Amino acid sequence: MDNNISSIGKVHTQSVKFDETLVLESGNQLDSLEMVFETYGNLNAEKTNAILVCHALSGNHHAAGYYENSDERKGWWDSLIGPGKAIDTDKYFVVSPNNLGGCHGTTGPTSINPKTAEIYGPDFPIITVSDWVNCQALLADHLDIKIWHSVIGGSLGGMQALRWSIAYPDRIKKAGIIAAAPKLSAQNIAFNEVARQAIITDPDYQEGYYLKAGKSPKRGLRLARMVGHITYLSDEAMRDKFGRELKEGKLNFGYDAEFEVESYLRYQGDVFSENFDANTYLLMTKLLDYFDPADKCNGSLVEAFKPIKAQVMVISFTSDWRFSPERSREISDALLEAEKNVSYLEIESTHGHDSFLFAEDRYVRAIKAFLGNNQ
Amino acid sequence: MSTLSIIERWVEEGTKVLDLGCGNGEILFELKKTKKITGLGVEIEENNIEECLLKNINVIEQNIDNGLINFSKNSFDVVILSQTIQVLKNPNTALEEITRIGKTCIVTIPNFGHWRSRISLLISGKMPVTNPLPDSWYGTPNIHLCTLKDFENLCNDLSISIEERVAINSGNKNKWYLNIWPNLFSASAIYKISK
Repeated sequence: MDNNISSIGKVHTQSVKFDETLVLESGNQLDSLEMVFETYGNLNAEKTNAILVCHALSGNHHAAGYYENSDERKGWWDSLIGPGKAIDTDKYFVVSPNNLGGCHGTTGPTSINPKTAEIYGPDFPIITVSDWVNCQALLADHLDIKIWHSVIGGSLGGMQALRWSIAYPDRIKKAGIIAAAPKLSAQNIAFNEVARQAIITDPDYQEGYYLKAGKSPKRGLRLARMVGHITYLSDEAMRDKFGRELKEGKLNFGYDAEFEVESYLRYQGDVFSENFDANTYLLMTKLLDYFDPADKCNGSLVEAFKPIKAQVMVISFTSDWRFSPERSREISDALLEAEKNVSYLEIESTHGHDSFLFAEDRYVRAIKAFLGNNQ
Repeated sequence: MSTLSIIERWVEEGTKVLDLGCGNGEILFELKKTKKITGLGVEIEENNIEECLLKNINVIEQNIDNGLINFSKNSFDVVILSQTIQVLKNPNTALEEITRIGKTCIVTIPNFGHWRSRISLLISGKMPVTNPLPDSWYGTPNIHLCTLKDFENLCNDLSISIEERVAINSGNKNKWYLNIWPNLFSASAIYKISK
Protein backbone atom coordinates (compact mmCIF):
# COMPACT_ATOMS: atom_id res chain seq x y z
CA MET A 1 0.00 0.00 0.00
CA ASP A 2 1.25 3.46 -0.81
CA ASN A 3 1.60 5.15 2.54
CA ASN A 4 1.30 8.61 1.10
CA ILE A 5 -2.08 8.39 -0.60
CA SER A 6 -4.13 9.58 2.34
CA SER A 7 -1.29 10.73 4.50
CA ILE A 8 -0.99 14.29 5.70
CA GLY A 9 2.41 14.14 3.97
CA LYS A 10 5.54 15.89 5.12
CA VAL A 11 5.33 17.47 8.54
CA HIS A 12 7.71 19.48 10.67
CA THR A 13 8.18 20.01 14.35
CA GLN A 14 7.49 23.35 15.99
CA SER A 15 8.61 24.58 19.32
CA VAL A 16 7.62 27.14 21.93
CA LYS A 17 9.36 28.38 25.06
CA PHE A 18 7.40 29.48 28.13
CA ASP A 19 9.28 31.63 30.58
CA GLU A 20 6.73 31.67 33.37
CA THR A 21 7.23 29.50 36.42
CA LEU A 22 5.29 26.30 36.35
CA VAL A 23 4.25 24.99 39.75
CA LEU A 24 3.95 21.23 39.61
CA GLU A 25 1.43 19.10 41.47
CA SER A 26 4.30 17.81 43.63
CA GLY A 27 4.98 21.38 44.78
CA ASN A 28 8.21 21.56 42.77
CA GLN A 29 8.72 24.31 40.23
CA LEU A 30 10.06 24.57 36.72
CA ASP A 31 11.29 28.05 35.86
CA SER A 32 11.12 27.65 32.14
CA LEU A 33 9.70 25.15 29.78
CA GLU A 34 10.22 24.35 26.15
CA MET A 35 7.56 22.36 24.34
CA VAL A 36 7.77 20.76 20.92
CA PHE A 37 4.64 19.94 18.97
CA GLU A 38 3.28 19.27 15.51
CA THR A 39 0.10 20.53 13.90
CA TYR A 40 -1.86 19.09 11.00
CA GLY A 41 -4.62 20.77 9.00
CA ASN A 42 -5.74 24.38 9.32
CA LEU A 43 -7.25 26.32 12.19
CA ASN A 44 -10.50 27.94 11.05
CA ALA A 45 -11.15 31.67 11.47
CA GLU A 46 -13.40 31.12 14.50
CA LYS A 47 -10.78 28.79 16.04
CA THR A 48 -13.40 26.18 16.80
CA ASN A 49 -11.95 23.16 14.98
CA ALA A 50 -8.86 22.41 17.06
CA ILE A 51 -8.31 18.88 18.31
CA LEU A 52 -5.66 18.05 20.89
CA VAL A 53 -4.14 14.61 20.43
CA CYS A 54 -2.46 13.18 23.54
CA HIS A 55 0.28 10.59 23.30
CA ALA A 56 0.71 7.55 25.50
CA LEU A 57 3.61 6.23 27.57
CA SER A 58 6.33 6.04 24.94
CA GLY A 59 4.80 8.28 22.30
CA ASN A 60 5.76 11.76 21.25
CA HIS A 61 4.58 14.72 19.20
CA HIS A 62 5.09 12.97 15.87
CA ALA A 63 1.55 11.63 15.52
CA ALA A 64 0.99 11.81 11.76
CA GLY A 65 2.75 12.25 8.44
CA TYR A 66 6.47 11.83 7.96
CA TYR A 67 9.60 13.95 8.02
CA GLU A 68 11.59 15.05 5.02
CA ASN A 69 14.06 12.38 3.94
CA SER A 70 12.71 9.69 6.25
CA ASP A 71 9.29 8.63 5.04
CA GLU A 72 9.43 5.32 6.88
CA ARG A 73 8.99 7.12 10.19
CA LYS A 74 5.30 7.78 10.04
CA GLY A 75 3.63 9.28 13.09
CA TRP A 76 2.28 6.89 15.73
CA TRP A 77 -1.37 7.67 14.91
CA ASP A 78 -0.96 8.17 11.17
CA SER A 79 -3.57 5.44 10.64
CA LEU A 80 -6.18 7.71 12.23
CA ILE A 81 -5.02 11.26 11.51
CA GLY A 82 -5.03 12.61 7.96
CA PRO A 83 -7.21 13.75 5.09
CA GLY A 84 -10.50 11.81 5.22
CA LYS A 85 -9.32 9.69 8.14
CA ALA A 86 -10.98 9.23 11.55
CA ILE A 87 -9.50 12.54 12.72
CA ASP A 88 -9.95 14.35 9.43
CA THR A 89 -7.31 16.99 8.78
CA ASP A 90 -9.49 18.45 6.02
CA LYS A 91 -11.92 19.46 8.77
CA TYR A 92 -9.87 19.78 11.92
CA PHE A 93 -6.72 21.47 13.11
CA VAL A 94 -4.85 18.79 15.02
CA VAL A 95 -2.31 19.69 17.69
CA SER A 96 0.06 17.03 18.99
CA PRO A 97 2.58 18.00 21.69
CA ASN A 98 5.45 16.10 23.23
CA ASN A 99 4.59 16.08 26.91
CA LEU A 100 6.61 17.51 29.76
CA GLY A 101 9.34 15.12 30.86
CA GLY A 102 9.65 13.65 27.38
CA CYS A 103 12.86 12.97 25.54
CA HIS A 104 12.05 14.24 22.06
CA GLY A 105 12.50 17.98 22.48
CA THR A 106 10.16 19.05 25.28
CA THR A 107 11.83 19.88 28.60
CA GLY A 108 12.63 16.64 30.40
CA PRO A 109 15.36 14.67 32.15
CA THR A 110 17.73 15.06 29.19
CA SER A 111 17.38 18.87 29.24
CA ILE A 112 19.77 21.25 30.96
CA ASN A 113 18.67 22.38 34.40
CA PRO A 114 19.05 26.18 34.24
CA LYS A 115 19.81 26.31 37.98
CA THR A 116 22.81 23.98 37.81
CA ALA A 117 23.70 24.24 34.13
CA GLU A 118 23.81 20.44 34.12
CA ILE A 119 21.57 17.77 32.65
CA TYR A 120 18.56 17.12 34.94
CA GLY A 121 18.85 13.35 34.75
CA PRO A 122 17.19 11.72 37.79
CA ASP A 123 16.74 15.15 39.42
CA PHE A 124 13.94 16.06 37.07
CA PRO A 125 10.89 16.43 39.31
CA ILE A 126 8.17 13.79 39.29
CA ILE A 127 5.29 15.06 37.20
CA THR A 128 1.64 14.07 36.93
CA VAL A 129 -1.06 13.96 34.30
CA SER A 130 -2.40 17.21 35.77
CA ASP A 131 0.97 18.85 35.10
CA TRP A 132 0.81 17.60 31.53
CA VAL A 133 -2.64 19.00 31.03
CA ASN A 134 -1.58 22.36 32.51
CA CYS A 135 1.30 22.51 30.03
CA GLN A 136 -1.05 21.63 27.18
CA ALA A 137 -3.27 24.52 28.32
CA LEU A 138 -0.26 26.84 28.00
CA LEU A 139 0.21 25.53 24.48
CA ALA A 140 -3.47 26.17 23.74
CA ASP A 141 -3.04 29.76 24.94
CA HIS A 142 0.01 30.13 22.74
CA LEU A 143 -1.96 28.91 19.71
CA ASP A 144 -4.88 31.15 20.74
CA ILE A 145 -7.21 28.19 21.11
CA LYS A 146 -9.76 29.04 23.79
CA ILE A 147 -11.83 25.88 23.50
CA TRP A 148 -10.76 22.55 22.08
CA HIS A 149 -13.26 21.00 19.74
CA SER A 150 -11.99 17.74 21.21
CA VAL A 151 -9.24 16.26 23.27
CA ILE A 152 -8.57 12.66 22.35
CA GLY A 153 -6.07 9.92 23.07
CA GLY A 154 -5.53 6.23 23.72
CA SER A 155 -4.25 4.59 26.92
CA LEU A 156 -2.38 7.25 28.92
CA GLY A 157 -3.56 9.65 26.18
CA GLY A 158 -7.16 8.88 27.16
CA MET A 159 -6.32 9.67 30.77
CA GLN A 160 -5.16 13.12 29.66
CA ALA A 161 -8.44 13.65 27.80
CA LEU A 162 -10.27 12.69 31.00
CA ARG A 163 -8.11 15.03 33.08
CA TRP A 164 -8.77 17.84 30.60
CA SER A 165 -12.52 17.46 30.95
CA ILE A 166 -12.23 17.67 34.75
CA ALA A 167 -9.58 20.40 35.01
CA TYR A 168 -10.75 22.71 32.22
CA PRO A 169 -14.47 21.99 31.77
CA ASP A 170 -15.03 25.23 29.85
CA ARG A 171 -12.19 24.67 27.42
CA ILE A 172 -13.17 21.29 25.99
CA LYS A 173 -16.30 20.35 24.06
CA LYS A 174 -15.65 16.66 23.48
CA ALA A 175 -13.38 14.09 25.11
CA GLY A 176 -12.39 10.83 23.42
CA ILE A 177 -11.15 8.42 26.10
CA ILE A 178 -9.85 5.31 24.38
CA ALA A 179 -8.41 2.09 25.89
CA ALA A 180 -7.91 3.83 29.21
CA ALA A 181 -8.63 3.21 32.90
CA PRO A 182 -9.65 5.50 35.74
CA LYS A 183 -6.49 4.44 37.59
CA LEU A 184 -3.95 1.64 37.43
CA SER A 185 -4.63 -1.71 39.06
CA ALA A 186 -2.09 -3.48 41.27
CA GLN A 187 -1.24 -5.67 38.27
CA ASN A 188 -0.64 -2.60 36.07
CA ILE A 189 1.64 -1.08 38.71
CA ALA A 190 3.43 -4.42 39.09
CA PHE A 191 4.34 -4.47 35.40
CA ASN A 192 5.58 -0.88 35.66
CA GLU A 193 7.70 -1.81 38.66
CA VAL A 194 9.33 -4.68 36.76
CA ALA A 195 10.17 -2.19 34.00
CA ARG A 196 11.61 0.27 36.49
CA GLN A 197 13.67 -2.38 38.25
CA ALA A 198 15.07 -3.56 34.93
CA ILE A 199 16.36 -0.03 34.29
CA ILE A 200 17.50 0.86 37.79
CA THR A 201 19.44 -2.37 38.31
CA ASP A 202 21.31 -2.03 35.02
CA PRO A 203 24.91 -1.21 36.06
CA ASP A 204 25.01 1.44 33.36
CA TYR A 205 22.13 3.28 35.02
CA GLN A 206 24.68 4.98 37.33
CA GLU A 207 22.03 6.14 39.80
CA GLY A 208 20.42 8.00 36.91
CA TYR A 209 23.51 10.04 35.98
CA TYR A 210 24.36 7.82 33.02
CA LEU A 211 24.57 10.70 30.50
CA LYS A 212 27.17 12.42 32.66
CA ALA A 213 29.09 9.14 32.86
CA GLY A 214 28.85 8.73 29.10
CA LYS A 215 26.79 5.56 29.48
CA SER A 216 23.27 4.36 28.76
CA PRO A 217 21.29 1.64 30.57
CA LYS A 218 20.23 0.09 27.29
CA ARG A 219 19.92 -3.45 28.64
CA GLY A 220 17.49 -2.30 31.29
CA LEU A 221 15.50 -0.15 28.91
CA ARG A 222 15.37 -3.02 26.44
CA LEU A 223 13.97 -5.39 29.06
CA ALA A 224 11.50 -2.77 30.24
CA ARG A 225 10.21 -2.36 26.72
CA MET A 226 10.02 -6.13 26.14
CA VAL A 227 7.84 -6.58 29.23
CA GLY A 228 5.73 -3.59 28.27
CA HIS A 229 5.26 -4.89 24.76
CA ILE A 230 3.83 -8.19 25.98
CA THR A 231 1.14 -6.27 27.83
CA TYR A 232 0.26 -4.29 24.70
CA LEU A 233 -0.54 -7.40 22.67
CA SER A 234 -3.14 -10.08 23.27
CA ASP A 235 -2.52 -13.81 23.50
CA GLU A 236 -4.48 -14.17 20.28
CA ALA A 237 -2.57 -11.42 18.47
CA MET A 238 0.74 -13.04 19.43
CA ARG A 239 -0.50 -16.45 18.33
CA ASP A 240 -1.64 -15.06 14.98
CA LYS A 241 1.51 -13.06 14.41
CA PHE A 242 4.16 -15.51 15.59
CA GLY A 243 2.59 -18.76 16.71
CA ARG A 244 5.51 -21.05 17.53
CA GLU A 245 7.28 -20.25 14.27
CA LEU A 246 11.01 -20.93 14.41
CA LYS A 247 13.39 -18.50 12.72
CA GLU A 248 15.50 -21.25 11.20
CA GLY A 249 12.74 -23.82 10.95
CA LYS A 250 14.34 -26.10 13.53
CA LEU A 251 15.28 -26.19 17.19
CA ASN A 252 18.93 -25.29 17.84
CA PHE A 253 19.02 -26.35 21.49
CA GLY A 254 20.45 -23.01 22.64
CA TYR A 255 19.55 -19.64 24.07
CA ASP A 256 19.66 -17.55 20.94
CA ALA A 257 16.41 -16.16 19.64
CA GLU A 258 14.85 -19.26 18.11
CA PHE A 259 11.16 -18.49 18.13
CA GLU A 260 9.92 -15.59 16.02
CA VAL A 261 8.32 -14.00 19.07
CA GLU A 262 11.71 -13.88 20.77
CA SER A 263 13.41 -12.06 17.94
CA TYR A 264 10.44 -9.71 17.61
CA LEU A 265 10.65 -8.72 21.28
CA ARG A 266 14.43 -8.36 21.12
CA TYR A 267 14.12 -6.18 18.02
CA GLN A 268 11.46 -3.97 19.64
CA GLY A 269 13.61 -3.66 22.75
CA ASP A 270 16.71 -2.79 20.74
CA VAL A 271 15.05 -0.08 18.68
CA PHE A 272 13.42 1.42 21.74
CA SER A 273 16.57 1.46 23.85
CA GLU A 274 18.35 3.40 21.11
CA ASN A 275 15.66 6.07 20.89
CA PHE A 276 14.30 6.58 24.38
CA ASP A 277 15.69 8.03 27.55
CA ALA A 278 15.67 5.76 30.60
CA ASN A 279 14.85 8.54 33.08
CA THR A 280 11.92 9.62 30.93
CA TYR A 281 10.66 6.04 30.91
CA LEU A 282 10.90 5.84 34.70
CA LEU A 283 9.12 9.18 35.01
CA MET A 284 6.28 8.19 32.70
CA THR A 285 5.63 4.86 34.42
CA LYS A 286 5.49 6.72 37.74
CA LEU A 287 3.09 9.26 36.29
CA LEU A 288 0.85 6.42 35.15
CA ASP A 289 0.96 4.81 38.61
CA TYR A 290 -0.02 8.09 40.26
CA PHE A 291 -2.97 8.82 37.97
CA ASP A 292 -6.19 8.72 39.95
CA PRO A 293 -8.71 11.54 39.44
CA ALA A 294 -10.68 10.28 42.44
CA ASP A 295 -7.82 10.60 44.93
CA LYS A 296 -8.87 14.08 46.01
CA CYS A 297 -12.53 13.04 46.27
CA ASN A 298 -12.33 10.23 48.82
CA GLY A 299 -12.00 7.73 46.03
CA SER A 300 -15.27 8.74 44.42
CA LEU A 301 -15.01 9.00 40.64
CA VAL A 302 -18.57 10.28 40.51
CA GLU A 303 -17.55 13.19 42.73
CA ALA A 304 -14.39 13.78 40.69
CA PHE A 305 -16.45 13.91 37.49
CA LYS A 306 -18.87 16.57 38.81
CA PRO A 307 -17.19 19.52 37.01
CA ILE A 308 -17.23 17.83 33.58
CA LYS A 309 -19.20 19.60 30.85
CA ALA A 310 -17.75 17.88 27.79
CA GLN A 311 -19.52 15.26 25.79
CA VAL A 312 -17.49 12.10 26.41
CA MET A 313 -17.00 8.99 24.33
CA VAL A 314 -15.35 6.05 26.07
CA ILE A 315 -14.04 3.27 23.83
CA SER A 316 -12.63 -0.09 24.90
CA PHE A 317 -11.41 -3.11 22.96
CA THR A 318 -12.47 -6.68 23.68
CA SER A 319 -8.94 -8.17 23.61
CA ASP A 320 -7.30 -5.44 25.71
CA TRP A 321 -6.19 -6.98 29.00
CA ARG A 322 -3.90 -4.14 30.07
CA PHE A 323 -6.86 -1.76 30.36
CA SER A 324 -9.77 -4.13 29.84
CA PRO A 325 -13.32 -3.12 28.89
CA GLU A 326 -14.29 -3.40 32.58
CA ARG A 327 -11.87 -0.57 33.36
CA SER A 328 -13.41 1.64 30.67
CA ARG A 329 -16.86 0.82 32.01
CA GLU A 330 -15.77 2.14 35.41
CA ILE A 331 -15.27 5.48 33.69
CA SER A 332 -18.52 5.43 31.72
CA ASP A 333 -20.56 4.16 34.69
CA ALA A 334 -19.25 6.92 36.94
CA LEU A 335 -20.03 9.47 34.20
CA LEU A 336 -23.56 8.08 33.99
CA GLU A 337 -23.94 8.29 37.74
CA ALA A 338 -22.69 11.88 37.65
CA GLU A 339 -25.34 12.57 34.97
CA LYS A 340 -22.84 13.49 32.28
CA ASN A 341 -23.08 13.20 28.49
CA VAL A 342 -21.43 9.88 27.79
CA SER A 343 -21.36 7.21 25.13
CA TYR A 344 -19.59 3.89 25.58
CA LEU A 345 -18.42 1.52 22.87
CA GLU A 346 -16.80 -1.89 23.20
CA ILE A 347 -15.07 -2.70 19.93
CA GLU A 348 -14.27 -6.23 18.82
CA SER A 349 -10.56 -6.39 18.10
CA THR A 350 -7.77 -8.95 18.41
CA HIS A 351 -4.86 -6.52 18.76
CA GLY A 352 -4.99 -6.22 22.55
CA HIS A 353 -4.16 -2.88 24.12
CA ASP A 354 -2.52 -1.77 20.86
CA SER A 355 -5.94 -1.89 19.16
CA PHE A 356 -6.29 1.85 19.60
CA LEU A 357 -3.51 2.31 17.04
CA PHE A 358 -5.23 0.35 14.26
CA ALA A 359 -7.71 1.89 11.84
CA GLU A 360 -10.31 -0.84 12.30
CA ASP A 361 -13.47 0.07 10.37
CA ARG A 362 -15.95 0.30 13.22
CA TYR A 363 -13.51 2.24 15.39
CA VAL A 364 -12.84 4.78 12.62
CA ARG A 365 -16.55 5.26 11.91
CA ALA A 366 -17.30 5.74 15.61
CA ILE A 367 -14.63 8.43 16.05
CA LYS A 368 -15.81 10.20 12.88
CA ALA A 369 -19.43 10.14 14.02
CA PHE A 370 -18.56 11.36 17.50
CA LEU A 371 -16.31 14.20 16.34
CA GLY A 372 -18.70 15.21 13.56
CA ASN A 373 -22.02 15.40 15.41
CA ASN A 374 -22.92 18.79 16.77
CA GLN A 375 -23.87 19.33 20.35
CA MET B 1 -52.06 7.73 16.65
CA SER B 2 -48.66 6.09 16.14
CA THR B 3 -46.54 4.42 18.79
CA LEU B 4 -44.18 7.38 18.78
CA SER B 5 -46.94 9.92 19.33
CA ILE B 6 -48.31 7.85 22.22
CA ILE B 7 -44.87 7.75 23.80
CA GLU B 8 -44.56 11.50 23.20
CA ARG B 9 -47.85 12.04 24.99
CA TRP B 10 -46.56 10.18 28.05
CA VAL B 11 -43.18 11.92 28.25
CA GLU B 12 -43.08 15.28 29.92
CA GLU B 13 -41.03 18.22 28.72
CA GLY B 14 -37.41 18.42 29.89
CA THR B 15 -37.30 15.00 31.54
CA LYS B 16 -34.54 12.37 31.59
CA VAL B 17 -35.30 9.43 29.34
CA LEU B 18 -33.50 6.09 29.04
CA ASP B 19 -34.32 3.99 25.97
CA LEU B 20 -33.26 0.37 26.44
CA GLY B 21 -32.74 -1.29 23.08
CA CYS B 22 -32.90 2.13 21.46
CA GLY B 23 -32.15 0.89 17.93
CA ASN B 24 -30.98 3.74 15.72
CA GLY B 25 -31.99 6.30 18.34
CA GLU B 26 -35.08 7.47 16.48
CA ILE B 27 -37.41 7.72 19.49
CA LEU B 28 -34.85 9.66 21.55
CA PHE B 29 -34.07 11.89 18.57
CA GLU B 30 -37.76 12.82 18.20
CA LEU B 31 -38.24 13.29 21.94
CA LYS B 32 -35.20 15.56 22.04
CA LYS B 33 -36.78 17.69 19.34
CA THR B 34 -40.36 17.77 20.59
CA LYS B 35 -39.93 17.42 24.35
CA LYS B 36 -36.41 18.78 24.96
CA ILE B 37 -35.55 15.65 26.90
CA THR B 38 -32.12 14.52 28.05
CA GLY B 39 -31.83 11.14 26.41
CA LEU B 40 -29.63 8.09 26.73
CA GLY B 41 -29.82 4.93 24.66
CA VAL B 42 -28.63 1.41 25.38
CA GLU B 43 -27.96 -0.78 22.36
CA ILE B 44 -25.83 -3.72 21.25
CA GLU B 45 -26.01 -3.59 17.47
CA GLU B 46 -22.97 -1.71 16.13
CA ASN B 47 -24.60 0.00 13.14
CA ASN B 48 -27.39 1.24 15.38
CA ILE B 49 -24.80 2.58 17.83
CA GLU B 50 -23.07 4.48 15.04
CA GLU B 51 -26.40 5.95 13.90
CA CYS B 52 -27.04 7.15 17.45
CA LEU B 53 -23.64 8.84 17.51
CA LEU B 54 -24.36 10.47 14.15
CA LYS B 55 -27.66 11.77 15.55
CA ASN B 56 -25.81 13.05 18.60
CA ILE B 57 -27.69 10.64 20.87
CA ASN B 58 -25.63 9.43 23.82
CA VAL B 59 -25.51 5.65 23.65
CA ILE B 60 -24.09 2.92 25.87
CA GLU B 61 -23.07 -0.39 24.33
CA GLN B 62 -24.45 -2.87 26.81
CA ASN B 63 -26.36 -6.14 26.75
CA ILE B 64 -29.50 -5.76 28.85
CA ASP B 65 -29.41 -9.51 29.58
CA ASN B 66 -26.18 -8.96 31.53
CA GLY B 67 -27.94 -6.68 33.97
CA LEU B 68 -28.55 -2.99 34.48
CA ILE B 69 -26.87 -2.57 37.86
CA ASN B 70 -24.87 0.39 36.53
CA PHE B 71 -28.09 2.43 36.49
CA SER B 72 -29.14 3.60 39.91
CA LYS B 73 -32.60 3.74 41.46
CA ASN B 74 -34.93 6.41 40.10
CA SER B 75 -32.12 7.87 38.00
CA PHE B 76 -34.44 8.44 35.03
CA ASP B 77 -37.89 9.98 34.79
CA VAL B 78 -38.84 7.60 32.02
CA VAL B 79 -37.45 4.25 30.89
CA ILE B 80 -38.56 2.99 27.49
CA LEU B 81 -38.42 -0.69 26.59
CA SER B 82 -39.83 -0.78 23.09
CA GLN B 83 -40.32 -4.11 21.25
CA THR B 84 -37.44 -5.50 23.29
CA ILE B 85 -38.81 -7.47 26.23
CA GLN B 86 -39.57 -10.53 24.08
CA VAL B 87 -35.89 -10.93 23.08
CA LEU B 88 -34.58 -10.87 26.65
CA LYS B 89 -33.50 -13.94 28.60
CA ASN B 90 -35.23 -12.81 31.77
CA PRO B 91 -38.17 -10.51 31.03
CA ASN B 92 -39.27 -10.60 34.66
CA THR B 93 -35.88 -9.40 35.92
CA ALA B 94 -35.86 -6.72 33.24
CA LEU B 95 -39.28 -5.48 34.35
CA GLU B 96 -38.13 -5.28 37.95
CA GLU B 97 -34.98 -3.48 36.88
CA ILE B 98 -36.64 -0.89 34.67
CA THR B 99 -39.20 -0.03 37.33
CA ARG B 100 -36.32 0.42 39.76
CA ILE B 101 -34.41 2.73 37.38
CA GLY B 102 -37.32 4.74 36.02
CA LYS B 103 -40.04 6.60 37.86
CA THR B 104 -42.26 5.74 34.92
CA CYS B 105 -41.69 3.02 32.33
CA ILE B 106 -43.08 2.64 28.85
CA VAL B 107 -43.11 -0.92 27.54
CA THR B 108 -44.30 -1.99 24.12
CA ILE B 109 -44.88 -5.67 23.42
CA PRO B 110 -45.99 -7.69 20.42
CA ASN B 111 -49.22 -9.53 21.29
CA PHE B 112 -49.00 -13.28 20.75
CA GLY B 113 -52.70 -13.46 21.53
CA HIS B 114 -53.51 -11.58 18.32
CA TRP B 115 -56.20 -13.34 16.28
CA ARG B 116 -53.80 -13.99 13.38
CA SER B 117 -51.43 -15.92 15.64
CA ARG B 118 -54.32 -17.81 17.23
CA ILE B 119 -55.87 -18.80 13.89
CA SER B 120 -52.51 -19.65 12.35
CA LEU B 121 -51.75 -22.05 15.20
CA LEU B 122 -55.27 -23.47 15.23
CA ILE B 123 -55.51 -24.15 11.48
CA SER B 124 -51.93 -25.00 10.50
CA GLY B 125 -50.81 -26.53 13.79
CA LYS B 126 -47.48 -24.73 13.38
CA MET B 127 -45.84 -21.85 15.23
CA PRO B 128 -47.37 -18.70 13.72
CA VAL B 129 -45.34 -16.66 11.28
CA THR B 130 -47.08 -13.30 10.91
CA ASN B 131 -46.18 -9.83 9.71
CA PRO B 132 -45.22 -8.46 13.12
CA LEU B 133 -43.50 -11.76 14.03
CA PRO B 134 -42.00 -12.92 10.73
CA ASP B 135 -39.35 -15.42 11.91
CA SER B 136 -39.50 -19.21 12.09
CA TRP B 137 -39.59 -20.70 15.58
CA TYR B 138 -35.95 -21.80 15.45
CA GLY B 139 -34.49 -18.56 14.11
CA THR B 140 -36.49 -15.97 15.95
CA PRO B 141 -34.82 -13.56 18.34
CA ASN B 142 -38.22 -13.39 20.07
CA ILE B 143 -37.65 -16.08 22.69
CA HIS B 144 -40.18 -14.82 25.23
CA LEU B 145 -43.39 -13.97 23.43
CA CYS B 146 -46.49 -13.40 25.48
CA THR B 147 -50.06 -12.23 25.19
CA LEU B 148 -51.32 -9.00 26.70
CA LYS B 149 -52.95 -11.05 29.43
CA ASP B 150 -49.65 -12.83 30.23
CA PHE B 151 -47.85 -9.52 30.46
CA GLU B 152 -50.47 -8.00 32.70
CA ASN B 153 -50.42 -11.04 34.98
CA LEU B 154 -46.64 -10.79 35.29
CA CYS B 155 -46.90 -7.10 36.20
CA ASN B 156 -49.45 -8.06 38.83
CA ASP B 157 -47.17 -10.77 40.23
CA LEU B 158 -44.30 -8.28 40.46
CA SER B 159 -46.51 -5.63 42.13
CA ILE B 160 -46.02 -3.34 39.15
CA SER B 161 -48.97 -1.13 38.45
CA ILE B 162 -50.26 -0.57 34.95
CA GLU B 163 -51.20 3.08 34.64
CA GLU B 164 -52.26 3.08 31.02
CA ARG B 165 -52.53 0.73 28.08
CA VAL B 166 -52.97 1.54 24.41
CA ALA B 167 -53.74 -1.24 21.94
CA ILE B 168 -52.14 -0.99 18.51
CA ASN B 169 -53.02 -2.68 15.22
CA SER B 170 -50.55 -4.18 12.76
CA GLY B 171 -50.35 -0.81 10.97
CA ASN B 172 -48.91 0.64 14.20
CA LYS B 173 -52.07 2.68 14.92
CA ASN B 174 -54.50 2.63 17.81
CA LYS B 175 -58.10 2.26 16.59
CA TRP B 176 -61.25 2.34 18.72
CA TYR B 177 -62.32 -1.22 17.85
CA LEU B 178 -59.13 -2.72 19.29
CA ASN B 179 -60.39 -1.90 22.76
CA ILE B 180 -63.37 -4.20 22.41
CA TRP B 181 -61.11 -7.20 22.92
CA PRO B 182 -57.49 -6.00 22.98
CA ASN B 183 -55.93 -9.40 23.66
CA LEU B 184 -57.53 -10.70 20.46
CA PHE B 185 -57.56 -7.69 18.17
CA SER B 186 -54.35 -5.80 18.86
CA ALA B 187 -51.05 -6.71 17.24
CA SER B 188 -49.16 -5.01 20.00
CA ALA B 189 -49.70 -2.78 22.99
CA ILE B 190 -48.00 0.09 24.75
CA TYR B 191 -48.04 0.14 28.53
CA LYS B 192 -47.24 2.85 30.99
CA ILE B 193 -46.15 1.13 34.17
CA SER B 194 -44.51 2.01 37.45
CA LYS B 195 -43.72 0.62 40.86
